[in-house]
Amino acid sequence: MKRHWFHFSAPSTFYSLAGRMTPWFLALAVITGLISLYWGFFETPDRLGGSNPQKEYYRIIFVHVGSAWMSMWLYVVVAGWSALGLVFNTRLSYMMAVSVAPTGAIFTFLALFTGAFWGKPSWGTWWDWDPRLTSELVLFFLYVGYLALHSAIDDARRADRAAALLAIVGLVMVPVIFWSINCPDPNQCAALHQRSSMSDIDGNILFGMLGLTFAFWMYSFATSFMRVRSIILEREADTTWVAEQLQKEGVR
Amino acid sequence: MFRTFLVILRRDITLAMRRRTDVLTTLFFFVIVASLFPLGVGSEKEMLRFLGPGVVWVAALLASMLALERLFASDHADGTLEQMMLTPQPLSVLVLGKICAHWLLTGLPLVLVAPLIGLQYHLDGMPLVVMMLALLIGTPVLSLIGAIGAALTLGLRGGGILLSLLVLPLYIPVLVYGSGAVAVSTIDLADVQPFMALLGAFLVLALAFSPLATAAALRISVE
Repeated sequence: MKRHWFHFSAPSTFYSLAGRMTPWFLALAVITGLISLYWGFFETPDRLGGSNPQKEYYRIIFVHVGSAWMSMWLYVVVAGWSALGLVFNTRLSYMMAVSVAPTGAIFTFLALFTGAFWGKPSWGTWWDWDPRLTSELVLFFLYVGYLALHSAIDDARRADRAAALLAIVGLVMVPVIFWSINCPDPNQCAALHQRSSMSDIDGNILFGMLGLTFAFWMYSFATSFMRVRSIILEREADTTWVAEQLQKEGVR
Repeated sequence: MFRTFLVILRRDITLAMRRRTDVLTTLFFFVIVASLFPLGVGSEKEMLRFLGPGVVWVAALLASMLALERLFASDHADGTLEQMMLTPQPLSVLVLGKICAHWLLTGLPLVLVAPLIGLQYHLDGMPLVVMMLALLIGTPVLSLIGAIGAALTLGLRGGGILLSLLVLPLYIPVLVYGSGAVAVSTIDLADVQPFMALLGAFLVLALAFSPLATAAALRISVE
């Protein structure tokens, strides 16, 4: 069957597609999540490092790194959908951007939260103004600003477009924030995060970390699709296809 | 195109000069906030000298943010803004004129009064000059970034508090490097250069993109 390239960019067709895909992503998230959690708890060494080893608490890494990666990636996704929306003027793009953002904000919070719990035993402090912590905090503020602006505007069209523009402006900020890690004078700001490279990590740990990141990613797909379905229903409540759809699903 | 820019600039400055309180309130807000800190945290000389650069910058950030609301609000209220958008001149040039006027009226006074605040914090000599220079490069960036937020929140309920939520995270790099420059200058003057270079880079970047983004935001907000 031949389909038009933009077939699924209409909310009415995407609604059912998202509905069909959600359980798959959710299942993937749960399965890979369980496998990598098992791996992280039972297949990895109990302590890490030489003279001053990190003990059991280092296992926070499996949640921490995955959520930090997802928090940044999802912001790029939000900005990407926003840009698509502004360029092609498709309603669904904005809806996707708005539905991805809360998940991104949650992952940003999770990265900060788990980071604090890791920081307490290993650095002896809950919080430090390390460039990477600060940049993650700024990212959280960007998400909050995006969501606040979107919910402050009653007119859906204006809300979508204004928030989209803000997301793109924020994206311009992201590299600026990341440059702050290489600050002009390394003596001025000691970074607590060392420059890490994948090749130095123990294979089993890497497996758990990447596995859980994948699980988080799939979880993001699932939640965004669930959220976008509610947004579609809300926005298109007056159309006939929604009425037919609800009748089909047996909702009165 | 340059004439359009100048016309808008002169118009906005003339309008503001007819109502000087707006300019002065921003300035005095800055002075008062900066004066509150020594009263709150204690007035030991060493501590104040240590806190000074950061406090001056945070006060400048808040002052220029509070002034942002007025950037487009009155023009929006009496319909001038819509007329401006209908003119054949590019909107971004008009917007740049308005931002420049806004900076001249709210940013520049802060730069000029900053040495006095610096003296309150026992900064002297070169750090004061560095502070003025950093503010001179940094405050236009604040106005330019803030204009985007002001355009996005135009005419919204509770726009002011929302504006702070949108704009303050974007101000952070300017704050970090602006106060960093002053803090470094109290130790070794030679280290100031990279901070200034980065502030200059922010200014160039903001100058290039902010008018475009602000114009786009205005088109979204005024439909």
